[in-house]
Amino acid sequence: MDVFLQQLINGLTLGSIYGLIAIGYTMVFGIIGMVNFAHGDVFMVSCFIALILFLLLTTWLGVSSIVFAFLVVLVLAMALTALWGWAIERVAYRPLRGSFRLAPLISAIGVSIFLSNFVQVVQGARNKSMPPVLSGGITVLEREGYTVVLSYKQGLIMVVTAVLLTGFWYLVQRTPFGRAQRACEQDRKMAALLGIDVDRTISLTFVLGAALAAVAGVLYVMYYGVVSFSDGFVPGVKAFTAAVLGGIGSLPGAVLGGLIIGLIETFWSAYFSIEYKDVAAFSILAIVLIFMPSGILGRPEVEKV
Amino acid sequence: MARPATDALPDSAMGAILRDAALCALVALGLCVPLIAFRMDPGPGSDLVLVPRWGLVAILCAITFAVRLGQRLLLMRRDARRAKTSALAPSPAQATEAVGGEPDAGQKVSKIGLKLFVAVALSLPVLATLATGDLGSARYWIDLGILILTYVMLGWGLNIVVGLAGLLDLGYVAFYAVGAYSYALLSTTFGLSFWVCLPLAGLFAGLWGMLLGFPVLRLRGDYLAIVTLAFGEIIRLVLINWTDVTGGAAGVSSIPRATFFGIPFTADEDGFAARFGLEFDSMHRVVFLYYLILVLALITNLVTLRLRRLPIGRAWEALREDEIACRSLGIDTTATKLTAFALGAAFGGFAGSFFAVRQGFISPESFTFLESAIILAIVVLGGMGSQFGVAIAAVAMVAGPEMLRNLGGLKAVFGEGFDPNEYRLLLFGLAMVAMMVWRPRGLISVRMPSVTLGERKAISGAHVSEGHG
Amino acid sequence: MAASVLTVDHLTMRFGGLTAIADLSFEARRGDITALIGPNGAGKTTVFNCITGFYKPTEGMLTLTHEDGSEHLLERLPNHQVNRTARVARTFQNIRLFPGMTVLENLLVAQHKTLMRASGYTVLGLLGFKGFRDAQAAAVEKAKGWLARIDLLARADEPAGSLPYGAQRRLEIARAMCTDPVLLCLDEPAAGLNPRESLELNALLRHIRDHEGTSVLLIEHDMSVVMEISDHIVVLDYGKKIADGTPEEIRTNPSVIAAYLGVEDEEVEAVEAEVGLSLPHEGHPA
Repeated sequence: MDVFLQQLINGLTLGSIYGLIAIGYTMVFGIIGMVNFAHGDVFMVSCFIALILFLLLTTWLGVSSIVFAFLVVLVLAMALTALWGWAIERVAYRPLRGSFRLAPLISAIGVSIFLSNFVQVVQGARNKSMPPVLSGGITVLEREGYTVVLSYKQGLIMVVTAVLLTGFWYLVQRTPFGRAQRACEQDRKMAALLGIDVDRTISLTFVLGAALAAVAGVLYVMYYGVVSFSDGFVPGVKAFTAAVLGGIGSLPGAVLGGLIIGLIETFWSAYFSIEYKDVAAFSILAIVLIFMPSGILGRPEVEKV
Repeated sequence: MARPATDALPDSAMGAILRDAALCALVALGLCVPLIAFRMDPGPGSDLVLVPRWGLVAILCAITFAVRLGQRLLLMRRDARRAKTSALAPSPAQATEAVGGEPDAGQKVSKIGLKLFVAVALSLPVLATLATGDLGSARYWIDLGILILTYVMLGWGLNIVVGLAGLLDLGYVAFYAVGAYSYALLSTTFGLSFWVCLPLAGLFAGLWGMLLGFPVLRLRGDYLAIVTLAFGEIIRLVLINWTDVTGGAAGVSSIPRATFFGIPFTADEDGFAARFGLEFDSMHRVVFLYYLILVLALITNLVTLRLRRLPIGRAWEALREDEIACRSLGIDTTATKLTAFALGAAFGGFAGSFFAVRQGFISPESFTFLESAIILAIVVLGGMGSQFGVAIAAVAMVAGPEMLRNLGGLKAVFGEGFDPNEYRLLLFGLAMVAMMVWRPRGLISVRMPSVTLGERKAISGAHVSEGHG
Repeated sequence: MAASVLTVDHLTMRFGGLTAIADLSFEARRGDITALIGPNGAGKTTVFNCITGFYKPTEGMLTLTHEDGSEHLLERLPNHQVNRTARVARTFQNIRLFPGMTVLENLLVAQHKTLMRASGYTVLGLLGFKGFRDAQAAAVEKAKGWLARIDLLARADEPAGSLPYGAQRRLEIARAMCTDPVLLCLDEPAAGLNPRESLELNALLRHIRDHEGTSVLLIEHDMSVVMEISDHIVVLDYGKKIADGTPEEIRTNPSVIAAYLGVEDEEVEAVEAEVGLSLPHEGHPA
């Protein structure tokens, strides 16, 4: 029971991080119908940015307050990663919009390859690690030999995710920008004819997705303490699995999917074998796509004859 | 928007361009900070220290500024020239693709292009030997030729799935791996000869393609892409972890070498050299391998060209154009998709077998997603369905990075610590993006009809659909 | 009375909470041109999609009877079998040609079944057997015949996507005919055609009915086409059949007039009086 509870907490934490990345995938797919292959690597870039900023603050500027450092790193990482997201959209996707469907996909793969190798070249191939910053937690349950702990880090991650999800849901449902985004999702030409600046809406979507990935990146670095340039691909695919599982195009679905994937991965590693945990994630992706392509909260697509 | 028909650039336009270039440089600055600005290096103890590199950042921003400035100036001159020659010149902001346009003369090159390519490929070993002096020195070029031809064959195989049938497959490397591992295991465990293992491995890969394709082929477009990607990764992970059968990360080694129809390429009396009265040279085997892959690739090409003219090939292309219309004409789209998928998989498997034989050793490292991406990029860059396009694209994408390895001259510019190898993949990714932005429809963006009443005219790529999977 | 080629029995189609077709029954007779008309949203294309296997009906039976008496239950057949075994062909409201393929290639794809068999399911074709080459030549001849009839022979090698609209419509019909159908379903074949092209369409449809042994079922809004060539008209409104008869009967049916004018059921009597008829209404033909 206690192992189960601990794994539950771990799984939800991991799942929150996946969920944050998944929102980026689902928003972009919703609005331009494209799988942003590079999104996972944007997440990885944000991890590095977060780490460097944190080191800057603590070693160079001598900031000692963790909370302050965390907030500053969060805001700056979001801003800088958003810039990356904007730049990638402008350079690699916008010129290809409306043309051939495969071209943006190949372009995205190119960006993904570029990003992971770019980071490898400019930062070196070794893993980068960080001393733990936020230790300690709340003891949930204590039995002989085993203590279930909800660490502060984990709590923070889950709270941040919940807050952001609520904020984004509000953004999409209630604000003019959200309306414009939903309009573009449904009928881009008509939205343009009605005076919506489609280019700006799409750019903003990429920017927001990247910012969320940055939040995930900061949390990831804080939680695991180690990053590598190859950390973009697998979490990226898992996050995409989460987006599909939850129903592509649905924001709460993305987070829900993320939580499910996080839980499955954690429980699989704990109770079965850890080597095959990635196989489990990929298999779920395949199974969901084959049997339930519209996902849990998604809308099924009817073929228009 | 009227443009002044003079060469002089008005001040306001120049100002706008300068501002634009400055903005780009600013964005570059933002992108450089902090990733380039600070390098994280291991310091004393186990901590990381930050090493500032503001000089590099400044250089990159300056380069961005200069490049953007140059680009805008060039564009402006080009527009001014166009405005001078024709008052009705369309604004450059318009779509670059002609709508319903007729294919231009440059596209006619694909007619003779393929024959030329084959001619060059056939004579490569000879040309290389003549150029470098002797067979041994030509080894590098022949090896490169083998590498290129392997990718050409993989490209032609995937072309059936993506280019002809319009199915988006992002996990093609899985069939390459299945073919390689099947061959390796068949030949090491059962000791079967090359000529038995090769077709068996290909068949096995084809079967695997049917198995994989069956549940998956009713998915549309991007979903099919992701599922095939997932399958590709699953297979790679299984290969790494199923140590008992596949040898895990160590792979399968000591794969028996290729023989010349049973005659081994050794130095003794029953070896190839002795039998044919030649002096033994280890290059004989390499040349044999080269012609082997060439033949395999040509078979792939021939079968594809033949099939295009048969009802199944036409059904593939019709599937790509409009699947619903196909069903209304009585075509079993699932079976049609399966055949394309399985055939593509089989050719991938054949290529995999060749890879195993050539290397003598295989490991899961050679079968990553990057390979699938490269092969797909080759097909897309080539231009959908065009055999010649795929061939050129393969040459460009394989030879290009290879050339980079040898640009030792760059060391002189950037200093001794500069290893172009590191930058290979980085530039490769950039090149993929650049390729797509420049030619979204690929190099050869025309389609040749498979049957005509009169003269065969190329169909502009603007009409051809890219398929929805 | 001629035998029935298509019998629609109590067809009902529901999409979630929306009932698109409610208990529809009618007969299309062999050798007839039957028209399915009704205001927009009446469910006509949905009926087509059920008949041609793109939708599975919620309830009801669709029976196609061949000349030799064999019956095919369309609602049980997989999508492509509706054309392959039951020999029902169709065209689409938004033209679905193969735009990147030539006009001739479009017609050859339609003859896929015959050619596949002749190519020995590809194997014989791959080996270059004469049997296949002959079959291909025959298929090309058949295509040429149709191209001549629809006046596109000169453009046989041009991409279908480059044809003008009217030509594309004709090509779609010819392509459907190349599958040798027993029943040809046309979804708004006259949409977007000018009066001259509509007359040519009428001639083409008459030819198909009289000389090709194919019965025609068409959805149409253009009354000049419908009244001119239909042998039998079925009128739908809100998924229900409101009239069924000859063009003359339909022309004067008050329920039909009311449906097109958007009049409430209760007002039909008032319309009757206006029109000067004293016939019983609610779908009973005069």
